[in-house]
Amino acid sequence: MVKGHPLVYLDNAATTQKPRQVIDAIVHYYEEQNANVHRGVHQLSQIATSMYEEGRKKVARFINAGTEREVVFVKGCTEGINLVANSFAAPRLREGDEILITAIEHHSNIVPWQLLCQRTGAKLHIVPVNDLGELILGELDSLLTERTKIASFVHVSNSLGTVNPVREMIARAKAAGVPVVIDGAQAVPHLPVDVQDLDCDFYVFSGHKMFGPTGIGVAYGKAEHLAAMSPWQGGGDMIESVRFEGSTWAQPPARFEAGTPNIEGVAGLSAAIDYIGALGYEAIGAHEHDLLEYGTAELEKIEGLRIIGQAGDKASVISFVLDDIHPHDLGTIVDEEGVAIRTGHHCTQPVMERFGVPATARASLAFYNTRAEIDALVRAIERAISIFR
Amino acid sequence: MDPMRELYQQLILDHNRKPRNFGRPEGTNREAEGYNPLCGDHYTIYLDIENDEIEQIGFEGSGCAISKSSASVMTETLKGKPAREALEIASGFVDLVKGDSDEAATSKLAVFKGVRDFPTRTKCATLAWHALRNAIENIPTTATTE
Repeated sequence: MVKGHPLVYLDNAATTQKPRQVIDAIVHYYEEQNANVHRGVHQLSQIATSMYEEGRKKVARFINAGTEREVVFVKGCTEGINLVANSFAAPRLREGDEILITAIEHHSNIVPWQLLCQRTGAKLHIVPVNDLGELILGELDSLLTERTKIASFVHVSNSLGTVNPVREMIARAKAAGVPVVIDGAQAVPHLPVDVQDLDCDFYVFSGHKMFGPTGIGVAYGKAEHLAAMSPWQGGGDMIESVRFEGSTWAQPPARFEAGTPNIEGVAGLSAAIDYIGALGYEAIGAHEHDLLEYGTAELEKIEGLRIIGQAGDKASVISFVLDDIHPHDLGTIVDEEGVAIRTGHHCTQPVMERFGVPATARASLAFYNTRAEIDALVRAIERAISIFR
Repeated sequence: MDPMRELYQQLILDHNRKPRNFGRPEGTNREAEGYNPLCGDHYTIYLDIENDEIEQIGFEGSGCAISKSSASVMTETLKGKPAREALEIASGFVDLVKGDSDEAATSKLAVFKGVRDFPTRTKCATLAWHALRNAIENIPTTATTE
């Protein structure tokens, strides 16, 4: 309950609620399996290690990686992008080189590249977006120049819902000899991902946006890339040998998992993958599509409401603005009715600038939402309008 | 009173719709920005201080109803006041919306008392006031509530 009302949780693009199975898996780890991984010869450590490495295999099957050795556990999508930027891209970049991203990236797929540009003298180039929130792919080929050393594209936009045609984008980049990173944080909760079919070089995502725990994520990288990359963080478990004169590194993925990893996170992420598997992406997609269509139609009936982002291929995200009511005021008023939506720039300030709004209100839907909850959102918006007009 | 009506009282809605002293007055000699990077609210406060008295005050920028109306009421309240007194009123206002004090310098400022029931919105109400302090004290950095 929130403020006397049943919670209507429509902020799933920020983080999802966790199913009982995920919570139980974390509790089970702490109650029955708690030990550090890879280090102990005692039984509990072996059990924990086995659970952790089974989780890696599960992730590999989940995204159809060629081998579990291509799965690096990281804190989340953001750390995954930073890993790729620092260990893969940085050594390849010289002054005047170019990094290609899109106009609808989350800050986590902008700022790491900007930091890299500052260090190397490379420049960021941007694939533009049209008024519907779809990338203008006609400009992609001209933006892929001989100076482009890496491209990083969001799969699904968190602030507009746009599902980008990443398979085609990857193919065009690869044709130009450019390796591609895909930010899949908003994709994995909604649609199946096959990294071999996509032929991306890297694919990163977070556990907490796909019903798993916070603080755990995945950086998939093609085996040949990971093998050629240097570690970007040093510590225990990522070494082969350590001498004061110098150290050598473990093989991937351990090379990129310095220190005690998020073992409980892997337990929870594994359970989340099982949970999604039991539901099936087909059923998830059908329900979310129905909610998106229903929600879009109901919200569009509200006078003065404008939906930002109307791409033809869209995930269940409805971003909108209201005449005369700032999104923050709207967010506070609908919260009083028990409806949790996100308001602000959604860590996509360039998107807000592109569409000429300071912020939007965003309802982002998951499979557990219902039409009745959309109705509750509509009623809450109407209450806000009654207060403001 | 309904907490929402308490928060969005008519005076706040009126100042949001028709902000007073909006724009840059002629001949100002101080200015400072206030910016909340997490929500994007952004204002610039302009002052003309002569002999320690605020002769002109105005503001520009955009944000939510709470931040905009707070800036607007601030300009009405402080015009003609000594700068030192303005700083005291600003401190009192911040304490009021944070719930650290029940005293408001004017009845119009007391309208913002409802904000204290919504802690996430205190930053909205105080943003322009933090910028005002920087303007008066000639602090060149952008004021931020984060």
